[in-house]
Amino acid sequence: MELIFYICSGVAIIATLLAIIGTNPMHSLLELITSLLAVGLIFFTLGAPFAGILEIIVYAGAIMVLFVFVVMMLNLGRATIEQERQWLKPSAWIAPALLTLVLLGELMQLLATQPDDHAVAGGAIVGAKAVGVMLYGPYLLAVELGSMLLLAGLVAAFHLGRSLD
Amino acid sequence: MSAIAAWFTPEVIAVLIGMVKAVVILLVVIIASAWMIWVERRLLGLWQDRWGPNRVWWLGIGQVVADMVKIFMKEDWIPKFVDKPVFILAPAIAMVMTLLAFAVIPIAPGWRIIDLNVGVLFFLAVLSLSAYAVMLGGWASNSKYALFGGVRAAAQMLSYEVFMGLAMMGVVIQAGSFSFDTIVEAQTGLWYVVPQFLGFILFLLATIAATHRAPFDIPEAEQELTAGFHTEYSGMKFGMFFVAEYISITLMSALVVTLFFGGWHGPLLPPVVWFCLKTGLFMCFFILLRAALARPRYDQFMESGWKVMLPLALLNVLVTGGIVVALAAH
Amino acid sequence: MNDIKRILIGFWSNLVTLWLIFAHLWRHKDTVNYPEEMPYLPPRYRGRIILTRDPDGDERCVACNLCAAVCPVGCISLQKAERPEDGRWYPEWFRINFSRCIYCGFCEEACPTAAIQLTPDFELAEYDRQNMVYEKEHLLISGTGKYHDYNFYRVAGMSIAGKPKGAAESEAQPIDVKSLLP
Repeated sequence: MELIFYICSGVAIIATLLAIIGTNPMHSLLELITSLLAVGLIFFTLGAPFAGILEIIVYAGAIMVLFVFVVMMLNLGRATIEQERQWLKPSAWIAPALLTLVLLGELMQLLATQPDDHAVAGGAIVGAKAVGVMLYGPYLLAVELGSMLLLAGLVAAFHLGRSLD
Repeated sequence: MSAIAAWFTPEVIAVLIGMVKAVVILLVVIIASAWMIWVERRLLGLWQDRWGPNRVWWLGIGQVVADMVKIFMKEDWIPKFVDKPVFILAPAIAMVMTLLAFAVIPIAPGWRIIDLNVGVLFFLAVLSLSAYAVMLGGWASNSKYALFGGVRAAAQMLSYEVFMGLAMMGVVIQAGSFSFDTIVEAQTGLWYVVPQFLGFILFLLATIAATHRAPFDIPEAEQELTAGFHTEYSGMKFGMFFVAEYISITLMSALVVTLFFGGWHGPLLPPVVWFCLKTGLFMCFFILLRAALARPRYDQFMESGWKVMLPLALLNVLVTGGIVVALAAH
Repeated sequence: MNDIKRILIGFWSNLVTLWLIFAHLWRHKDTVNYPEEMPYLPPRYRGRIILTRDPDGDERCVACNLCAAVCPVGCISLQKAERPEDGRWYPEWFRINFSRCIYCGFCEEACPTAAIQLTPDFELAEYDRQNMVYEKEHLLISGTGKYHDYNFYRVAGMSIAGKPKGAAESEAQPIDVKSLLP
């Protein structure tokens, strides 16, 4: 289980890196999808198959489909790749990369000093029922707030999308 | 000798049996789906007052072999203007994703690859990923017709997956589990097609849309888009799209049977036979749909999806949930 | 309410369509299973071309070249020769390239002696293209074809040995230009 976890993590990190440094937007999206799939698998190894599957359905299956949909319509050609190259000059990314490295160091420090009582992979499996009970029990308010937000988004989309006549 | 025998601990043997089962199911699914090409041509012929292909071997069942030899011999041409890696990836996604979904379908008691406790969701996840095959194939082809096919496929998948999932939820609520095995076990007395008739109709319509088959073959509408997303494909890459379509018909038929028609349940005959019989009947039904019905216009199709099917599916979930809760309270 | 009625009617009509198409399963099939079950071809079907003979057994073709001239694709070629014993014309060789022939039947219409005729045989497939070129021995049959009684030299004014001018059936004697009698 732990080996699968590390493989998935490696895949996720490499795929995300490739998505960032890639110049072709469609290829970047594909790498991002790979990364999301790897994250979904990580949820599986952590004993949360419900969360893992939802990660795949919602992110890799629905949201990224919309991303791909939009990129398909944009008619991106050689000019875009040139533009991407321009944006990926070291002067553009070196400062944020250094700042992120600082954050990574802090994370490592925290992980190293954390007591090892949280077993990572292969823990107890959290089923769909347990998730449901949690969502509609202690976290009911959060769920309701989230659904209100979604409803607002829906109404806004309907308002923007209606025909003017 | 005993050193070798020591390797075969019960766990290893269990893994080996599981692998053999997986390979057998894979082969049966692929061969059955390939033979569907012949079944489809034959049935379409009969329904159009023709005989269909009846030359190669007995009743023409060797037609598939002839077709396969032909398609393997064809030049696998990649046009100069395509996005090569994505172009090659797309048919592979189509094949792999549809085959992957068979992992959770129980064929008979003990005859399945994995009993996932989120089986229904796994199926939905794999289905939503299989949408990429069509979209990426359409985009990578870099031609107008293929792009239109891909765009239509994306919109179709997005809108029909929503109420497909919701139509399945009625069954999930009644069975109280996402696991296909539990769902089939729960249908011992009464098949879910009776209490979940509305869900069954909605799910059936959604499966037709998910397989891109006539009457909902809007991504590859021949009269409008040449061949839709696979316009630029040739040789075995086209063949993979082609076979993937038939595999997904097999998958959807198996799924309808599992969810609504009691899976392997049936009198007298062994469970495997019942499952294959029901699945085969639904595969023939898919062909009948193609023979009989006309393709709706694209906007009508989307409109019916969002304005009719989705509210009905929500209503179904609501009523089923209410009844289940009311029965549980008693 | 109206919408619901429309949807239900549409659904029902689709179900009826499904049933009607399904009922075609046991209808009569229009397909003719060709090699086992031969299709009926009328006697005047335009298929493989033959050269026929007189009721007497002599070949009808007089090598007039009208068929070769009228042929739109130019697939007929022949060489005229004369029989020394009676002066009848005949083709020394006669060649039809069936890989060019379009079976239009113009040659049959043009033929003054009903020698060249089209038959209801269409099974002309060959593995070697050269085999599609038919020579005279392949074309000439020993029968009269469609017109059993027609004999060109007996009805035409052409004089040959044993049949001078005016001796043909329903042919008047040639006018004697040296006589004053009507």
